[in-house]
Amino acid sequence: MENWSLVSLSVLLGLVMRWTVSLNSYSGATKPPMFGDYEAQRHWQEVTYNLPIQQWYFNTSDNDLNYWGLDYPPLTAYHSLLCAHVAQLINPEWIELHKSRGYESPAHKLFMRATVIIADIVYIPAVVLYCLYLSDGSSRRKVATMLCILLYPGLILIDNGHFQYNNVSLGLALWGVLGLGLGWDLLGSLAFTLALNYKQMELYHSLPFFCYLLGKCARQGLTGKGLILLVKIAATVVVSFAVCWLPFLSDSQQSLQVLRRLFPVGRGLFEDKVANTWCSMNVLVKIKTHLSAETQLYLSLVATLLAVLPSSVKLLMKPTFWQFKLALVNSSLAFFLLSFQVHEKSILLAALPVCLLINELPLMSIWFLLVSTFSMLPLLLKDGLLLPYVITSLAFLFTSMYLLSALERTTVDILRIEPYSRLFRPCFPRLNLPLIVKWNFAFFILTMAGLSFTSMALDPPAKLPDLFPVLVSLCAYFQFLGCLVYFNIVQLMEPSNKGDQKKIN
Amino acid sequence: MTFDQAFFSLVSVMAAPMLEDWSWFPVLAFGVSILKCLLINTYHSTDFEVHRNWLAITHSLPVSKWYFEDTSEWTLDYPPLFAWFEYGLSHIAKYFDKEMLVLQHLNHASPATVLFQRLSVIFTDIVLIYAVRECCKCVQRDRGSKDILGKPSFVLAVLLLWNFGLLIVDHIHFQYNGFLFGVLLLSIARHFQHRHLEGALLFALLLNLKHIYLYIAPAYGIFLLRSYCFTQDNADGSLNWRSFSLSRLVALGIIVCSIFALSFGPFILLGQLPQVLSRLFPFKRGLCHAYWAPNFWALYNVADKLLSVLGVRLNLLDANRLHKASMTGGLVQEFQHSVLPSVSPFVTLVCTLMSLLPALFSIWCRPSGARGFLRCIVICALGSFMFGWHVHEKAILMAILPLSLMAVENKEDARIFLILATTGHYSLFPLLFTAAELPIKILLMLLFTLYSFTSLKMLFRHEGRLISIPEASYLAGLVPLEVFCELVYPWTRWQQPFPFIPLLLTSVYCALGVTYSFINLYLSLLRTEGAVKGKAKGKSQ
Repeated sequence: MENWSLVSLSVLLGLVMRWTVSLNSYSGATKPPMFGDYEAQRHWQEVTYNLPIQQWYFNTSDNDLNYWGLDYPPLTAYHSLLCAHVAQLINPEWIELHKSRGYESPAHKLFMRATVIIADIVYIPAVVLYCLYLSDGSSRRKVATMLCILLYPGLILIDNGHFQYNNVSLGLALWGVLGLGLGWDLLGSLAFTLALNYKQMELYHSLPFFCYLLGKCARQGLTGKGLILLVKIAATVVVSFAVCWLPFLSDSQQSLQVLRRLFPVGRGLFEDKVANTWCSMNVLVKIKTHLSAETQLYLSLVATLLAVLPSSVKLLMKPTFWQFKLALVNSSLAFFLLSFQVHEKSILLAALPVCLLINELPLMSIWFLLVSTFSMLPLLLKDGLLLPYVITSLAFLFTSMYLLSALERTTVDILRIEPYSRLFRPCFPRLNLPLIVKWNFAFFILTMAGLSFTSMALDPPAKLPDLFPVLVSLCAYFQFLGCLVYFNIVQLMEPSNKGDQKKIN
Repeated sequence: MTFDQAFFSLVSVMAAPMLEDWSWFPVLAFGVSILKCLLINTYHSTDFEVHRNWLAITHSLPVSKWYFEDTSEWTLDYPPLFAWFEYGLSHIAKYFDKEMLVLQHLNHASPATVLFQRLSVIFTDIVLIYAVRECCKCVQRDRGSKDILGKPSFVLAVLLLWNFGLLIVDHIHFQYNGFLFGVLLLSIARHFQHRHLEGALLFALLLNLKHIYLYIAPAYGIFLLRSYCFTQDNADGSLNWRSFSLSRLVALGIIVCSIFALSFGPFILLGQLPQVLSRLFPFKRGLCHAYWAPNFWALYNVADKLLSVLGVRLNLLDANRLHKASMTGGLVQEFQHSVLPSVSPFVTLVCTLMSLLPALFSIWCRPSGARGFLRCIVICALGSFMFGWHVHEKAILMAILPLSLMAVENKEDARIFLILATTGHYSLFPLLFTAAELPIKILLMLLFTLYSFTSLKMLFRHEGRLISIPEASYLAGLVPLEVFCELVYPWTRWQQPFPFIPLLLTSVYCALGVTYSFINLYLSLLRTEGAVKGKAKGKSQ
């Protein structure tokens, strides 16, 4: 069969899954007074359409920032404005100022769902191009990788189920990766700047981008060619930033207010139950009450920087594409686990670079991607997305295990822990690391299935109403931590021989 | 082998592509089941309520009242075995939601009810999966290809398991066709495997599950009589009257009659047979279903319409004397023809039989084994679809699914399959008219059509092009048709006065393709017959 038809079939399957998931409920459906992310997105359309641009980020009588005030960067606001113009054409009631609050109807749901799936024209082509041009193996294998990435349930459940537009920000970031991978550094940095201006959480990815480009410039010589490249990149970034922020640049008050909205430092170390270090530590020590807000901020900042330091330094010294991908995982995962004010959905930022590794490190990537979906279970349960969660997770597990033959491809070599296992061999000569990994995988998959089932079927004891969400986030946390260690080992211990260079190109 | 090795080899059996094995089959089956589960929350038609009502009837009433109950307008109109099937399901249903089993709870569709009903379709599809597995084993020219995607059996499995029509009719619209077609395909596979008694038993069961399969009963009758009850042919392939085996006929008779006795016996004893039959065959309905199935009568209706308009224009007809109701074609079931003669059920019966006779005659005179029989089944199904009384558009699946078996073995059949499947599946689009399901049906249709075209093209890549340019352009015409009917027309001012135009266009356009495939199928029959004769001649010389 020709390659193009297999690619089209994979894309069609991905679209089918997205649309079928989107027929389910969304966050905050029929839950006044605050509703959920669906209403937030609708409200942003209302605000951006009806108010002058200077008022978007300010609290005015027409713009109550406590009711889903705009707290994403300008590109999101422009995107909302664009959607609002379409909504205006179809039914002006959907975005009428004040009156449209909490508007819900089947037709409106259809419209909102359609905007998300249309926004996939940023994400899906990037995935297709990445798999065709930047992943190794036969053309079959490339298509298999593509299908697995397109079926990743976490993103589908959050975007097409819960309701968000992560596909835009992640898609733009992926275009950035694509640009860097293909050697179009300027295009890549432009795409990543746009991603950053769509969602500030893309900062999780910014260090690897920075280190990779800087390292690359340094390689070319910071006094000659490298300097020119560096200047070009810097100019691209600055100009694209300026263009995005143009309406807010005239007045410093405007820019500051946008920044304040983007980084709400007053909101505390974490909210809800999220599978990161602070929330997990909270089970033992109540950090939030013991430490002042400022100490919390510094603590998380220092911890995060320390965690990303090794991978960033390594990338700076060795700016290859393979290192870059690993650094993206390590940086975003470290940010997720340690930084300030993390949402459970932010795990998608770590999931995206892991998707890019699914061809090279199949078992570990599949494992991580399943855990990341599982870590959002409490949220999905609240949204009434249990059925799609179960089905899409099963679909992803089986498709990826089969297509990528993940279990057979679990050797010391493929896991890239050769130096590590050599380290252990003198002490434990019969240690079979791949088998241990497989058993851990099986054990945790069963644990997650069991926990999913209990949180669905059983009522928590009256004394501990949050028992299941806490268990879910703890279980996910330990696996994330393990993954962070593993991916760091893979990145830092990569031998500097020629064999690897071949794989990278 | 240690325990952990055993464990992982067990897992890898489920998840490892190996050479020359069937590991891909469970993956295909599992994949499509997952897709079916994703469709649980989609729109469901009144057929959902029909089956819920039947669950309630069979659960809460004694057998003697099953075919008399009429609290709901959706009375039981399937044969008794299907009623027993619903009875069995109802005993599982009570663990999901007891309320759905109460007769008076019309249109009860709680989440648990929806989940149960949807899952019941998905699980009974296991019959289909097993049947497809058996069919795949019967495929010739399967060896040689190392590439899994290039194996005819793989292609066949996808064409049957991922069939677009089955997916939308069963898992969105809501019916149990997957399970029923499973029984049919299994019966066909048994004939391929020369297990004729089993095949006959399965078909008798099928007839008692849903009587629409009477369409293809003539093919079964002639085939079994000719190729099973007569054990030998003459040297030139003609019938050897002396080889008649009475014991085989008796065995067949006992099997078929006992199934019918099991099914209808209780009602005969209760003296309810006329009532049951009147439920099964409601001839009060019109020539065409509300939405015209794309068959001969759709063309006939339109020809009548055109002629009457033309006649009025040319002052050959008096506009006042024409029947008033005829302009509502496509909406009202009763259709009065104004120029051409009106059609009665008897006429359709005669037309249907006339269309089947040549094919039946052919397998009587020149039986060419199970493959000839399969061709005859497809012709019977399509002939009945073309000329039958009150045909549903869904009945086209009865021709498309068996035709898939032929399509992976023969290039000519592949060509007919592509035309028939594409037009037939497209003609199912009006079943799903809700806006939310529009993307699903388009995506699934694209998925299936793209796959069937590229995979069949690859199977016959050494034998030239599959479909000619006129055929391809006809099929491509479906795209603008869809755009016009569902995206453009609803926004025009014609939508209010003439809401039926899209349906009419769809049905007429598809009727052309279906008719063309029907004619081509007959031509292929003649061609194979010619080939058989030629061979026979060659031998005798």
